[in-house]
Amino acid sequence: MFLINCPFCGERDQSEFSSGGEAHIVRPKQPTELSDDEWAEYLFMRKNIKGIQFERWNHVHGCRKWFNVVRDTSNDKILSVYKMGEKPPVNYK
Amino acid sequence: MPNYRIHKTEYIDETKRVSFKYDGKTYFGYEGDTLASALLANGIHLVGRSFKYHRPRGIVSCGAEEPNAICQIGSKKDLTEPNVRATELELYEGLEASSQNCWPNVKFDIGGINNFISPLIPAGFYYKTFMWPKSFWKKVYEPLIRLSAGLGKSPTEPDPDIYDHKYVHYDVLVIGGGVSGIIAAKMAAKNNFKTLLVDDKKILGGSTIYQNNESVKIDDKLSSEWLKNEIQEIKKLSNLTIKTRTSIAAYHGYNFLLAKENLTDHLPEEKKKNKIRQRLWKIRAKKVVIATGSIERPLVFNNNDRPGILLSNSINKYLDYYGVTCGENIILFTNNDSAYETSISLHKKGIKNIIVDLRKSASSELIKQAESLGIKIYFNHVVTNTFGYKKINSLEIMKLSEDGNTTIGDKIKLSCDCLGMSGGWTPMVHMHSQSGGKLDFRDEDQVFLPKENSEDQISVGSCNGDFDLENIIDKTVNKINKFLDIDNQDYQDTNIICSKENDKRNIWLLPNKIPLGKTKCFIDFQNDSTAKDIKLALKEGFRSIEHVKRYTTTGMATDQGKLSNMHALGVIADTAGVKMGTLGTTTFRPPFTPLTFGTLVGRNVGKFFEVVRKTSMHEWHVENNAEFENVGQWKRPWYYAKNGENMHDAVQRESKAARDSAGILDASTLGKIDIQGTDASEFLNRVYTNAWSKLAIGKCRYGLMLNEDGMVYDDGVTTRISENHYLMTTTTGGAANVLSKLEDYLQTEWPELDVYLTSVTDHYSTASICGPNSKKILKKLFPNLDLSDENFPHMSFKEDKLENINCRIMRISFTGELSYEINIESKYGNSLWKMCIEAGKEFNLTPYGTETMHLLRAEKGFIIVGQDTDGTMTPSDLQMDWIVSKKKYDFIGKRSLYRSDTIREDRKQLVGLLTDDPKEILEEGAQIVSDIKSKPIDMLGHVTSSYFSPNLNKSIALAVVRSGKTMKGQKLIIPMENKNINVTVSDTIFLDKENKRLNA
Repeated sequence: MFLINCPFCGERDQSEFSSGGEAHIVRPKQPTELSDDEWAEYLFMRKNIKGIQFERWNHVHGCRKWFNVVRDTSNDKILSVYKMGEKPPVNYK
Repeated sequence: MPNYRIHKTEYIDETKRVSFKYDGKTYFGYEGDTLASALLANGIHLVGRSFKYHRPRGIVSCGAEEPNAICQIGSKKDLTEPNVRATELELYEGLEASSQNCWPNVKFDIGGINNFISPLIPAGFYYKTFMWPKSFWKKVYEPLIRLSAGLGKSPTEPDPDIYDHKYVHYDVLVIGGGVSGIIAAKMAAKNNFKTLLVDDKKILGGSTIYQNNESVKIDDKLSSEWLKNEIQEIKKLSNLTIKTRTSIAAYHGYNFLLAKENLTDHLPEEKKKNKIRQRLWKIRAKKVVIATGSIERPLVFNNNDRPGILLSNSINKYLDYYGVTCGENIILFTNNDSAYETSISLHKKGIKNIIVDLRKSASSELIKQAESLGIKIYFNHVVTNTFGYKKINSLEIMKLSEDGNTTIGDKIKLSCDCLGMSGGWTPMVHMHSQSGGKLDFRDEDQVFLPKENSEDQISVGSCNGDFDLENIIDKTVNKINKFLDIDNQDYQDTNIICSKENDKRNIWLLPNKIPLGKTKCFIDFQNDSTAKDIKLALKEGFRSIEHVKRYTTTGMATDQGKLSNMHALGVIADTAGVKMGTLGTTTFRPPFTPLTFGTLVGRNVGKFFEVVRKTSMHEWHVENNAEFENVGQWKRPWYYAKNGENMHDAVQRESKAARDSAGILDASTLGKIDIQGTDASEFLNRVYTNAWSKLAIGKCRYGLMLNEDGMVYDDGVTTRISENHYLMTTTTGGAANVLSKLEDYLQTEWPELDVYLTSVTDHYSTASICGPNSKKILKKLFPNLDLSDENFPHMSFKEDKLENINCRIMRISFTGELSYEINIESKYGNSLWKMCIEAGKEFNLTPYGTETMHLLRAEKGFIIVGQDTDGTMTPSDLQMDWIVSKKKYDFIGKRSLYRSDTIREDRKQLVGLLTDDPKEILEEGAQIVSDIKSKPIDMLGHVTSSYFSPNLNKSIALAVVRSGKTMKGQKLIIPMENKNINVTVSDTIFLDKENKRLNA
């Protein structure tokens, strides 16, 4: 069970959070301009990384804020947390 | 009655005699005994029958690893408990236990016949045998397997015991209270770490606490005496908490561990009452020290499973800790030194014993000591067979060849009444592995050892592969100093004298002249798998240890292979000719020992199982015979059974009344989200399929919300209260998810929008009054409100006061009738409801529940999201193209509405169905076909809603049918178990297509 350092509330138990999948998938500004394939890319295609992954979490039973997490999926270590809109830390690829 | 209790020990209180029942017979033991030690003191070894062959089995060990001595405790329907290890169960006055897996009884067991047909029950027997004919599975095989399978009986009534959960945080958690654990806890606590030490036994001290060999000394004291001193000292440390009878069940990521504390299992019945039975500790520790020790390995030879065959070290513990000898004429069979400690202990107590040692020779201090005591040792010998049905009475040994692969010379037959076996030690790496740590393999004594740590944890003592006392203490001290970054000098001058072991001779499957097929060399005692089964699995092509395990069921019993996994790996490695370290291990999964469901559930039982949400009108519904339906966590009135009506009659009456005069529904549970901000209109434009910018203040609009994949997600009416203020309603079940989804978009995709969302579901209560007389009732409640169609038309909103309390009134309709929803602050909800009922009396205002609501809306063809939709329906599939704006540039899900899949014409689409026999009511979920002759039958769709409409006096249904939009008038068939029902596809609106009733 993770300990997640919510950027707004501090360290809390995983049970207070819900996971929102891969981070930094931006909703296309002009969906109508996209082909079926391009839209499907946004809609369905997600990475499934063994290693360092950027993902969204929501402090759903807390401040209800969404934020980003860098997690190593091979050992579940959370390497970094940062707010929505902030640039991902550069030292992780 | 025989008495095998041969001396006094400080752990057994001989002044406190305890009576208990085993298999219906009364015995006596003492306070301090476990059930196993008390049985052995009474000369009882035979405690059960094996799972597959029903072979007699006896107590093997003295701890958590016990495979055989598992019993059923108690006989009460609510309190009986299966699979309790007799080796761990502390004896108490009045304990009732019985053996499992035998019928009619443990001494004469009919299933024993399986032992003689065992050549017919090889590995994978069930997989191979019960496959054919297919029809036999349900009626013959499954009932038979179920009858003969299973270990023990579950309770059949709710558990009356109290269980508890508790969260704690520590700097350091030490698992295991043996020598290393005690040292680690002392060092941590003395250096200002808030420390928790847990041990599964009643007292601390592990296996050193009863050690009495004069040749093992610490600071000139017996190691046990030295340790007792240490225990006294750590008990004085203020920031050390010690929890005994507490075992770690699971080691999760981020040093989150679950521990089970036994609080009353050792108490007599009358003292258990009203006390918490077990507590689940949820521990967060900054650092974890694993000191879980090791368990002795059995040896794999022919008939190694007879009652009276135990682990050598367990014989020692029963003797030195409990004062009980397991026999009077004992043979110890070993490949290492530890059996010699047992031998010397037995010798000192005058118990005759001899040693059979696989090694060609050995010369440690212990061996010299045994030799000097005149104990007979057969070096380079192997046990090849044992005899005795219900208990061992003799065995055969033979000399080992030079390479250890075969036996040579003549058989020597030795008589005995007990055999101790020692195949070396297996470090308990469970905790390390559960935490995500990797393992290394050490060839010299064939053990897996902790390697990399993924958590902030460390293994010390014999679970780390350090075996003699000097090694254990030195290494523990060094490692803890480093781990905690401290410089503790307490053990600097500790002087340890102990015997050093030199060599082992590990042979996983011991050689035998008899071919393997004719021997019974058990590897997993509880699941009855033998070396032959494992070899057969390999022969049949299984290679992965995970596959062999599942095929042979080795290590899959309630003991989770604590005694068998290593041997299974060893036999696989030997047979396949690979190095054991390269095979890997099976996964160590929690729990370490079985947990009761009660412990896991804790206090969340009965009314605390789930949160119950009630509206402020709830009491009135109860008083008026409402039957309730669970909608999410809400209790909603389902129907009101008047004068003992059944559901059908109640719903027919309610539905008719609502259309004929007036009905009232508690609509408080609908989700309500208050939306404010300068961009509120734009926000609604983006989340609903239709346009919102032009909605006038004081007007209401129905909206459909999609997922980004174009599928209908939720629906509801939203009201514009003022320029920048809307009130959105959602479905009852979808409220929380809709709010989360909207917040997600606002925070992550459109943070530039000035919009604020607040859930106000619980803040307002809602009474919905519908029917041709609803306006008259409203007039009575709000005499000053102009209810004319001009001033207050359908889909509009007014505010007024009811006895000085503000109300929001929406003229909206989910029934197709003229209808008003009155919202009031929740604390006045009950009063509002009662005033409505009072005002409606003269109009036969009839309260109705969710079932009638569903019926009324179905008559109008209104969908219920989640009933008529299932996450695969687009607005077009629902024949609701009218609500999808063509003009809007974008909204959630828009682009998906013209993906190649969503524009397919043969998607399942919502239609109405009318049964040819108007009295026939379809079953919701029933499949729909057009042709029952072709096989396989082509499934076209299913019924989503179905009712008998009292207003139309016929059966109506909604369904989703492939290409349904084009099928109006077509005949379809609903095949049921006993008949086929003929239906005709119809429009989805069954009543008042012109919407005349809305303004009636």
